[in-house]
Amino acid sequence: MSSRAEILAAVRKNQPSSPAPLPDTQKFWHEVDDVYAQFNIILSGIGGKVLEIKNWEAGQEYLKEHFNGRIVSTLEGFEPLPESDPHALADVELCVLQAQFAVAENGAIWITNSALRQRAAAFIPQHLAVLLKKSDIVPTMHHAYARIGSADYDFGVFIAGPSKTADIEQSLVLGAHGPRTMTVLVLNE
Amino acid sequence: MTKTLAQHPDLADRFNRDENRVDWHDQTLWWVRQKRDRAAHTLETDWEALRQAASDIKDNVLANLADYLEQFERAAQANGAIVHWATDAAEHNRIVLGLLQSVGATRMIKSKSMLTEECDLNDFLAQNGIEVIDTDLGERIIQLAEEGPSHIVMPCIHKKKEEISDLFHEHLGTEAGNADPQYLTEAARGHLRDKFLTRKAALTGVNFAIAETGEFVVCTNEGNADMGAHLADIHIACMGMEKIIPQRAHLGVFLRLLARSATGQPITTYSSHFRRPAAGKALHIVIVDNGRSRQLGREEFRNSLKCIRCGACMNTCPVYRRSGGHSYHNAVGGPIGAILAPNLDMHQFADLPYASTLCGSCSNVCPVKINIHEQLYLWRQELTRSGHATQGKKAAMGLAAWVLSNPRIYRLAGKMGRWAMRNLPFSINNRFNPWYKQRELPAPPKASFREWYLKNRVK
Ligand code: SF4
Repeated sequence: MSSRAEILAAVRKNQPSSPAPLPDTQKFWHEVDDVYAQFNIILSGIGGKVLEIKNWEAGQEYLKEHFNGRIVSTLEGFEPLPESDPHALADVELCVLQAQFAVAENGAIWITNSALRQRAAAFIPQHLAVLLKKSDIVPTMHHAYARIGSADYDFGVFIAGPSKTADIEQSLVLGAHGPRTMTVLVLNE
Repeated sequence: MTKTLAQHPDLADRFNRDENRVDWHDQTLWWVRQKRDRAAHTLETDWEALRQAASDIKDNVLANLADYLEQFERAAQANGAIVHWATDAAEHNRIVLGLLQSVGATRMIKSKSMLTEECDLNDFLAQNGIEVIDTDLGERIIQLAEEGPSHIVMPCIHKKKEEISDLFHEHLGTEAGNADPQYLTEAARGHLRDKFLTRKAALTGVNFAIAETGEFVVCTNEGNADMGAHLADIHIACMGMEKIIPQRAHLGVFLRLLARSATGQPITTYSSHFRRPAAGKALHIVIVDNGRSRQLGREEFRNSLKCIRCGACMNTCPVYRRSGGHSYHNAVGGPIGAILAPNLDMHQFADLPYASTLCGSCSNVCPVKINIHEQLYLWRQELTRSGHATQGKKAAMGLAAWVLSNPRIYRLAGKMGRWAMRNLPFSINNRFNPWYKQRELPAPPKASFREWYLKNRVK
């Protein structure tokens, strides 16, 4: 018998037969008055930076002023993020991406491979900046998965703030392996 | 990690030789527990309802596990992943080695996976000429120290920064005596970045595997799982078969609970959903049983398979906090380790269900509502029935001896006992406590004699 067949047979024999209905999660769908305010407070609290901008030109200007070195982006105004070997991103100082939406309760943004172009793009740069439309903030993770629905992505990720660790005596250090900072530029349109 | 036949009380005793370290360990974990409480309170009444929902979803998973596993496999294969099945640790290790050899890889990077600790994968691969670098900072530290993790979320929580500084000085060439966490983390960042950029094979764990879509989710704060997986040509993801959840939407429930329970964060920095391999790369998923189907058949203990490895039960446990993770001589320590380990080996781990005061704090914080402390008590009975009690009993006597010979532990235990008698009389006065059968408990004194004496002698 193959290991697969052996495991499945053992599981079938031993799994409980009692009915165990899946719960209804509708009760967790609370609306929030000001999702932007909550998002801002939470993301700032976990080391992210949130900045409102008038338009994308203002966003570009801010980033060019605050970051030196190689900047790549899927958005206009910067070196286009290359699609080739991810190792070629090793010297990127800042990567600028567009979030699909964000979650107020935990400060996370959601992005999938189509908007990433290159999976490593969100992880390997020294700094990360994300453009987010103000109308694209949902209250909770339940709303988030309803919005994702059955989307057909290859890879998707929630990112909440800069990469961090507290493995040395529980002292929080920002910039473990991934970006040292995360800036979210919120476009009010 | 090397497994020892030493017993929890002996190992706890060893840990307790350094009183300052024990106090620090105790307080640090309690501080994490308090962060968890604050995070839970931000969700107000939803918190308890979420725990119930998570528990219900996991009950549904256990009742339909075979179907969900098959559904997951079909979906994952349709996504282009290659699925492997391992009945035990040895088979798991052989599969991983075979995959590495098939692509000619002699070096691999690995993000945190308690399953690979359970299987002793690193030792096995080293014996077969494969170099493994752990990339989670805590795991890298204990790897350099040649130790196993002492906590499932904070693997080197037992280490002081001065010890880490010495290790880094020796292995990474950092300045002698510089123990600044910022400085040490920066050094590790540089050291590991080089590994990420040069390794062709990456192994990660799995936090959740979704039957409906065949995707799996990996949660990290450091971003090390992603750095490894996206830069390598082959990604091997290893999962215990209980990691399945039915639908993508259920992640809404689990991702709200996991990080809040673990560290008090609203969510981990990265929650990565791996569905299809990137162009030109290979994605392998290894589904591991290693005793889980047996545990599933033990009615009283199957709930332990609902665990999402948040570590909250460890952070709150008065025994864990003061005896250290290594005293459990198993990859997973603490209360959950003490109910998982006897399933793997009743003889070797007969002492662990006794490493508990049965205070119930673990069950109160568990995000999937596992009745941990009840299972600890039930394991004691099971071990007696099956003739493995001698070791356990010895351990219980050892635990008592340890408490009695450590005035500070004795005082703490007394405090906890008095508090429990006042606030949770049912936890002592219940059918699980045979001593209570013919007795009425007296009202507990507010203070011990010692506390009374210390307070009054100055007057
Ligand atoms: S038993 Fe519960 S509290 Fe303990 S690690 Fe598992 S999920 Fe967390």
